[in-house]
Amino acid sequence: MNAAIDNHWYPVAMISGIDAPRETLLLGKKISLGREDGTCWVLDASGAELPTVERFGHLWTSPGQPNRDLFTIPEADSPGRRLVDVGSVKVKCSPLRAVENFLDIAHFPFVHTDILGAEPHTEVDRYDVKIREEVDEVWATKVKFYQPQAAKSAAGGITTEYMYRVPAPTCSVLYKTCPPRPGEWDVITLFVQPLTEEWCEVWPWMALYDDESTMSEMVSFQQLIFMQDRSILENQLPRKLPLDPGMEVPTQADMTSVAYRRWLKKIGYTYGAQLVAA
Amino acid sequence: MILYDYVLSASCYKVRLMAALLGTPLTLRAVNFHPGREHKSPEMLALNPKGTLPILQDRDTVLTDSADILRRLTADHPEWQNTDDDRWLAFASDLNDSLGLARLHDVIGYEADIDKARAAGVSALRKLEAHLTEQRFDGLIFLTGSNPTIADIACFPNTALAPDGGVTLDPYPSIRLWMRAIRSLPGFIEMPGIHRLHELAHPA
Repeated sequence: MNAAIDNHWYPVAMISGIDAPRETLLLGKKISLGREDGTCWVLDASGAELPTVERFGHLWTSPGQPNRDLFTIPEADSPGRRLVDVGSVKVKCSPLRAVENFLDIAHFPFVHTDILGAEPHTEVDRYDVKIREEVDEVWATKVKFYQPQAAKSAAGGITTEYMYRVPAPTCSVLYKTCPPRPGEWDVITLFVQPLTEEWCEVWPWMALYDDESTMSEMVSFQQLIFMQDRSILENQLPRKLPLDPGMEVPTQADMTSVAYRRWLKKIGYTYGAQLVAA
Repeated sequence: MILYDYVLSASCYKVRLMAALLGTPLTLRAVNFHPGREHKSPEMLALNPKGTLPILQDRDTVLTDSADILRRLTADHPEWQNTDDDRWLAFASDLNDSLGLARLHDVIGYEADIDKARAAGVSALRKLEAHLTEQRFDGLIFLTGSNPTIADIACFPNTALAPDGGVTLDPYPSIRLWMRAIRSLPGFIEMPGIHRLHELAHPA
């Protein structure tokens, strides 16, 4: 037992995808889950019931005793948004590497070429990063980046503004310029289920304003993006995310990642991480 | 022509890639294969009772086998066909049943005997490596000669995506050179897991 790790909520299934009871891993331990009469359940390996929350189209559980409710995304509740279950992708990488990659903008022109970025527009301008103590979350704001096709709904290249939020150690929420509705934010999330310290199941979920694209097109777009990341993630070394500076040298563009690592260390979240002196 | 397409499918990518190399326009219809299982929906089953992708619809004709689709796309392009293609189209099907299955298992949790799938994949890669090495000794870079044909396009995707299923391509230098030759073709398009050649696309 490690309260700093166990007392969080973790995504373990897409609710609409639970058609029969099944087993999965959470933090290296077997759990089983299912749905009966419209209500989801989760059991640990000994058959004891674990707490559940059904939110954002996904089933969440915790092996410990969470001392607060699962975070909310008020923006996602506004009417007119389409809620997109993207499904899951398994990746052989630390769950923290998966989150950190989601927070990174600098790789866009090289990994998501001609979609989320393109040469020569490779510079990441200065942006603001903060650990918001009152809510215990990491936030990056005023992130701007030129994107050839920012979303399925984007007609051409635009400078997109982003806000990144890390409300839980293995979850990130991204707010980005909504091409068809200036003034509103599209919401794109990455919910990561830590299977083991070096293996995770990633559940992206979105709440978008898009009246044009079919649901299948929106799912395809996000899977395309995430699968471009997957092969990079599986080749990152060291396998576990180093929380101490020295092993990897950050640049100006990595401010969010620096804050994320610092925050993980502060709250004692070491699953999928390594603490090594420089 | 309409391609019912799934962005992460190696077999759909064969069709997209072939059309791109030929400069043949395709209208893509995204199908939510995962997690939606839309390929098994009544509308899709009406089009293809087998419930598989890709599906190519050309006016009244519906083709559901990727080898048949490659043959049809290249019907007016004899330079993309060779008498040896058939055995490689069959081999491509072996790659799909081994490396392709391992990939679906590792990425989206398909049921599979993963050790068996990977072992069959490695065995297929060794055959491919041996053949491509022989070709290189003869000064030929592609599967059936000095020019690419549908044989190469059929075998390329599941080979290049092998690492997605936990099978490394490091031990196969001839395969890697062959993949590089395919990625260098004018009109080449990528898919997630298969990156374009940045360094060759914009030489200094």
